[in-house]
Amino acid sequence: MGNHVVTPEEVHVAIKAATEHRGKQIVRFSRLNRVLHALMIVSFISLALTGMTLKFSYTDWAATLSRLLGGFESAGYIHRLAAVVMFGLFIMHVIDLFRLKRQEFGTWKGVLLGPNTMLWTKRDFKDIVDSIKWFLGRGPRPKYGRWTYWEKFDYFAVFWGITVIGSTGLTLWFPEFFTLFLPGWVINVATIIHSDEALLATGFIFTVHFFNTHLRPEKFPMDTVVFTGRMPLEEFVLDKPGEYEELVKKGELTKHLVDPYPEIVVKGIRMFAWTALAIGLSMVIWIIFAMVFAYR
Amino acid sequence: MRRLPTSSTGNSGVGRRRAWLGGWSALLLLSLPVGSLAQENDECFLCHSDIALQEERGGRTISLYVDEQRFATSVHGDLECVSCHMDIAGEEMPHDTPLAPVECGVCHDQEQERHMESLHGQALARGDPLAPGCDECHGSHYVTQAHDPASPVYPLNIPFTCGRCHREGAPVQRQRVIHQSNIVDNYTESIHGEGLLRAGLIVSANCTSCHTAHFILPHTDARSSIARENIAATCARCHVQIESVHQQVIRGELWEQEADVLPACVDCHPPHTIRRVFYVQGVADSECLECHTKPDIVASEDGRSLSVDAGELKESQHAQTTCSQCHSGVNPSRRRPCSTLTEKVDCSSCHAEKEREYEKSIHGVLLSQNDPNAPSCKECHGKHLVLGRGTPQSPTFPTNVPALCARCHREGEKAAVRYLGKEHDVVEHYAESIHGKGLIKSGLTVTAMCTNCHTAHSVLPKVDSASSVNRANIARTCGTCHHGIQDQFQGSIHFVKALESDKDPPVCVDCHSAHTIRRADEDGFMLSIMSQCGRCHEEIAKTYFDTYHGKVSQLGYTKTAKCYDCHGAHDILPVSDPRSHLSRANVVQTCQKCHPGANRRFAGYLTHATHHDPDKYPFLFYTFWGMAGLLMVTFVVSGIHTLLWLPRALKLRRARRKVVEAVEAGGITTSEERTKGTSQHANDPEHEPGDEAEEKNDG
Repeated sequence: MGNHVVTPEEVHVAIKAATEHRGKQIVRFSRLNRVLHALMIVSFISLALTGMTLKFSYTDWAATLSRLLGGFESAGYIHRLAAVVMFGLFIMHVIDLFRLKRQEFGTWKGVLLGPNTMLWTKRDFKDIVDSIKWFLGRGPRPKYGRWTYWEKFDYFAVFWGITVIGSTGLTLWFPEFFTLFLPGWVINVATIIHSDEALLATGFIFTVHFFNTHLRPEKFPMDTVVFTGRMPLEEFVLDKPGEYEELVKKGELTKHLVDPYPEIVVKGIRMFAWTALAIGLSMVIWIIFAMVFAYR
Repeated sequence: MRRLPTSSTGNSGVGRRRAWLGGWSALLLLSLPVGSLAQENDECFLCHSDIALQEERGGRTISLYVDEQRFATSVHGDLECVSCHMDIAGEEMPHDTPLAPVECGVCHDQEQERHMESLHGQALARGDPLAPGCDECHGSHYVTQAHDPASPVYPLNIPFTCGRCHREGAPVQRQRVIHQSNIVDNYTESIHGEGLLRAGLIVSANCTSCHTAHFILPHTDARSSIARENIAATCARCHVQIESVHQQVIRGELWEQEADVLPACVDCHPPHTIRRVFYVQGVADSECLECHTKPDIVASEDGRSLSVDAGELKESQHAQTTCSQCHSGVNPSRRRPCSTLTEKVDCSSCHAEKEREYEKSIHGVLLSQNDPNAPSCKECHGKHLVLGRGTPQSPTFPTNVPALCARCHREGEKAAVRYLGKEHDVVEHYAESIHGKGLIKSGLTVTAMCTNCHTAHSVLPKVDSASSVNRANIARTCGTCHHGIQDQFQGSIHFVKALESDKDPPVCVDCHSAHTIRRADEDGFMLSIMSQCGRCHEEIAKTYFDTYHGKVSQLGYTKTAKCYDCHGAHDILPVSDPRSHLSRANVVQTCQKCHPGANRRFAGYLTHATHHDPDKYPFLFYTFWGMAGLLMVTFVVSGIHTLLWLPRALKLRRARRKVVEAVEAGGITTSEERTKGTSQHANDPEHEPGDEAEEKNDG
């Protein structure tokens, strides 16, 4: 037995909304968040590329890549510079959260427990169950809200990753300092954690995150919302019916509507995104090759 | 005046002989009581006076007759037969045959000892049938005193006694390696021979005067009376104060002190043809060159050219050496002095030291086996144009040596094709090596080339334990230039282990190679070292490559710790050794070479860690598997999530496209809201029958 991927009502609502606000797009990401995400892409890819040359040093592509990066020393500089950028944008984000609290919510309770929270709520668990039902054709598509559970997962994965990879990375960066109070074998342990957690992050971002946001068929080949910060209204209504309803109810929809970026800007953004996507997917292939065919 | 080095270098001479006589007189007295106990000689002569007494021995008939009267007049006439034939003392007569050989050494022990050490004695010990025993020269039953003209060792008879074996055509001269020819003839015509044989001067030098009677050794043996170092002393036994007439040549003492650099007596007065100084009265070079400068002069027997370039001779190191000094078989009394030449030039008459080395080398051994490929002196040094190795034009000048050896050792040439080992293309490889570049490109004549490692005259295959490139000797060979490294290496565990283990620990060439030696600070060398160590230290090398150091080096960079950065290169010692770079006392300092801030805990970093060993490195093992578990769970869960999502997402894509198309087509106004929405749906090809039913329900 089948089920609607989306109900006729939802289709109708989407078309109606788009007709009503013809040509408009809805803002989903602030300028700062977009900049931070772009920076994150650059630093993450730099970290992954340079780090992988060491992790998979037994392959020819790693040696070639290392040469292209200007040798292992220069790769090391790039790696640490990118790490600093990563730390920086992480701190910027935390500062932004404080600003958000002060300017828009007033209390941490408002930030953390409001409808737009990034924290996991009961509803997320319900969404997961409902989503699986929907996948299996046993229920309607959940009315996803501001942030879906997989988006929240990605968000907290960064917190986890920065903590784990960042702390072990600092240990490896300053072993002489850390061994002043930690035994020498901690460096070995840090190496394993740093390397495997990085493999997890790289693998996850370049496969699961890529699929969830860009490669899943309805978005294929890519979703530029995180770069432009805005998406077509009909797409938004279909994607996040819950949030749309909420906005309409509050009468705040028009507040978030803007005109699309000029074509040239979108083109530039697409080129950047394509590059990142291509590098990421290539890395997946290299990793699979290294682990399946060249593992020692 | 120089004396012969005492007992070890032999004797002869009149004084010596007198001493023997004294010795045997004493023995004679001692032997008297022994005689009275043994059989009477009469008993022996009962049978042995029969002139027809004979016996078959080894297919030959041997007379056993002893002339009783002649025996009585011999020096041993007063002795009992059994004094010499001791094995039949006390036996019943007639005794068993054959008798044991008589041991003259029982009485003449010193002479016996000398003799056994000599060339003759060595041949005897080898069982050479041509080797002379005592009786060969002294006779058996009728030995007379040396001053008895009837004695075979009476000075006048000595040339004939020796000549029995050493005359031209005798088996010894034909079948054994004797570097001189026409010895007896030449001696007879020499001033010594003339003095002895024609003028009857029994003080004139005979064979034993120069060669000694019992301690005859080849001139290549340093103990020999005719060794280059000793020849002056030997001649000076008779030619006392000869220096006074050779002042211009030898300036006094120099002759004895520097026998190697000055001409020795035989350089000007060739042995056996000693007559006059050659270039004055004998065969002058000009006489030889009269014929031999003709370009068409050839040997009558095989047609080889005998033409000599006089210009070459003048430039040669041997410019001061006359033809006859090398071609020493010439006879100046002949119209064509060279007509008596039968032997090839023997360089060892002057270069005895080198000859001694050469004879033992693979080149020399092959030559003695008459191998046509074997190089003799002239193959490397040339014939008439011999130049020293200090002359750039010489084939033995350092920069020319590789090309010289390459004549035979280049791939495909006669020496290379016989070679079965693993070193190939040695000439090309050498030229590319640090040594080859230093020598050939930079012209550094002190750089190692072929003969520095293989030696010039003692070349031996590396399997030979005497070879300079044998595994046991290679460190010493390299150490001749690389001073200090050898000591370091010989203190290292690799060398020490070599003495107590049956394995082959590494020597210089295992890491540096033999012919492709590179600079140790070149990347290629530094990186290859790790695989070199890994050949034996397999496990530990593998775990090294699991660490940061190993990974960087694996990428092809050298600015990271490699085996020898921590363990040392030539002075590797076990970590337990306090002198080791990695001992408790030194390890922090070793880390500090690259990590200036390293401390004791820092040195606890596991440089050969593996996460595959739960017993040795539990922390790493469980960390690794914890992380692996985390990865697997994450990817499996999100993978399943994605796969489940995929079919739905495909359908959603089509629905979304419809929406976009509908919006582009003008969308819907409020009034036509419902109908449009329904018709939109009805046209959707994606809708399955089941969907329709549900759709109604939804509606």
